[in-house]
Amino acid sequence: MKTLVLTAAACALMAGAASAETIRLGTEGAYPPYNYIDDNGQVAGFERMLGDELCKRAELECEWVTNDWDSIIPNLLSGNYDAIIAGMSITPERAEKVDFSVNYTPPSYSSYAAMSEDADLTGGIVAAQSSTIQSQYVVDTGATLLEFPSFEDSLAAMLSGEADAVFADKDTLVPVVEEDPTVMWAGEDIALSVGIGMAFRKSDPDLRAKFDAGIEAMKADGTLNAMIKEYLGEDSPGF
Amino acid sequence: MTTGKHLAFYASFGTVLMLLAVTAPLALAFGFFSATGSRAQFAPLRWISQTYMALVRGIPDIAFFLFFVIALDQGIEWLRHQAKCPDWAEPIRQGNDFIVCAAAKMPLNNAPESVHQIYGFALAVLTFAIVFGAFAGNVLAGAMNTVPHGQIETAEAYGMSHRQAFWRIIVPQMWIYALPGLSNLWMVLIKATPLLFLLGVEDVVYWARELGGTKNIRFTEYPHGDWRMWYFLALLVFYLLFTKVSEIVLSRVTRKLSRGQATAGGEALRKAGAAT
Repeated sequence: MKTLVLTAAACALMAGAASAETIRLGTEGAYPPYNYIDDNGQVAGFERMLGDELCKRAELECEWVTNDWDSIIPNLLSGNYDAIIAGMSITPERAEKVDFSVNYTPPSYSSYAAMSEDADLTGGIVAAQSSTIQSQYVVDTGATLLEFPSFEDSLAAMLSGEADAVFADKDTLVPVVEEDPTVMWAGEDIALSVGIGMAFRKSDPDLRAKFDAGIEAMKADGTLNAMIKEYLGEDSPGF
Repeated sequence: MTTGKHLAFYASFGTVLMLLAVTAPLALAFGFFSATGSRAQFAPLRWISQTYMALVRGIPDIAFFLFFVIALDQGIEWLRHQAKCPDWAEPIRQGNDFIVCAAAKMPLNNAPESVHQIYGFALAVLTFAIVFGAFAGNVLAGAMNTVPHGQIETAEAYGMSHRQAFWRIIVPQMWIYALPGLSNLWMVLIKATPLLFLLGVEDVVYWARELGGTKNIRFTEYPHGDWRMWYFLALLVFYLLFTKVSEIVLSRVTRKLSRGQATAGGEALRKAGAAT
């Protein structure tokens, strides 16, 4: 009798485990408001909400994993997680290594923030996070690029005077500029990103299709727009 | 100071201490085997030990930590893949991707996050042990050769076999000669623990960076500026205290091991003992 109960319990457990596929989502956890670590040490932010919602719609069990920005693509390829959802703009260079989902944010702006409005943006020193579309752009403007492994480090370089300005996604700089009275916008907003997408292994088109379908559905029923407004700010462009 | 994040920070000190507690004996074991191996009569064993020590000692730590861990992880998954999914038709390497069947994933994709963390930690321990084992092996091999040759001759004159002389004469006495080298290694190991961060283990450095980073009022209940300097200062104090305590312990051990040895330390002890 005892064995019977135990076997039944084990079967029930296994059935429970098998019913939902577990997907590991890799993020940086250092790029608010897209993704950051909250006071409880959990991943939070726009992409946490979006990812959880997409997983719910696709009936997938999702685990969040944080990984350094610089090694985020190699670790996807070697299978440490199954998808990247980390404020990653879709670019042709990245698309050579990974496959992107449809974009879940519309084309958006990148901006300069500095301690004064007339910071020298083309001849001075500009800080940016390494391996980003922004760091690429700074090189093209002729400014001296100071690269850092995280957004936080590039911002700190500007605040300490090491760099004249910091260049990053506008949505990321908005909270900084609005909350810190010494930091202000410098120069024009620049349309750099063609949109942010999730990244998948090229050998994993089925998973990508599931998330694509979820993103399209969220675009269609307006939940994605509401989420963008809530987390990325009222002024952030929607679909 | 008591948010979930802070608790994770405090817990990470435990992670570091645990790493040291597991790695040090393991590295010593690796070292002991390679040291004995390098003086073995059986040539292939000698070659393996010597190659291991020469290779690992020659490769920069960082390269080893970045390359070896990924190789080890993929190696384990490859082996499991061969064993569990023999009729898998697709290639494992597809362009840049490394694909094994779901059952061969290590740990399994649906394993709880804690299992993933323990697995990462175990990989880290093994990597540390291999690196430091090579150095320890070199130190121990040197120590074994330093035990005065006359003692071994005496042992053999008493009729001890090679093996007996090794275990009864060399091993008990080599520690005093190995200790300076080993204590150095221990200090280096303590200081190398922040490399855990490179291996993706959320250690003290990870949490100090995360906690010390600028906190915007929008995303936390406890906003503050860039406090990383203070958190890192706390880490500095932690490491300094830890190495200081180690030094005290190690000097006691040296004293203990010096007793009755034909070394300057042993001689000083004998004289001090005779004077009282």
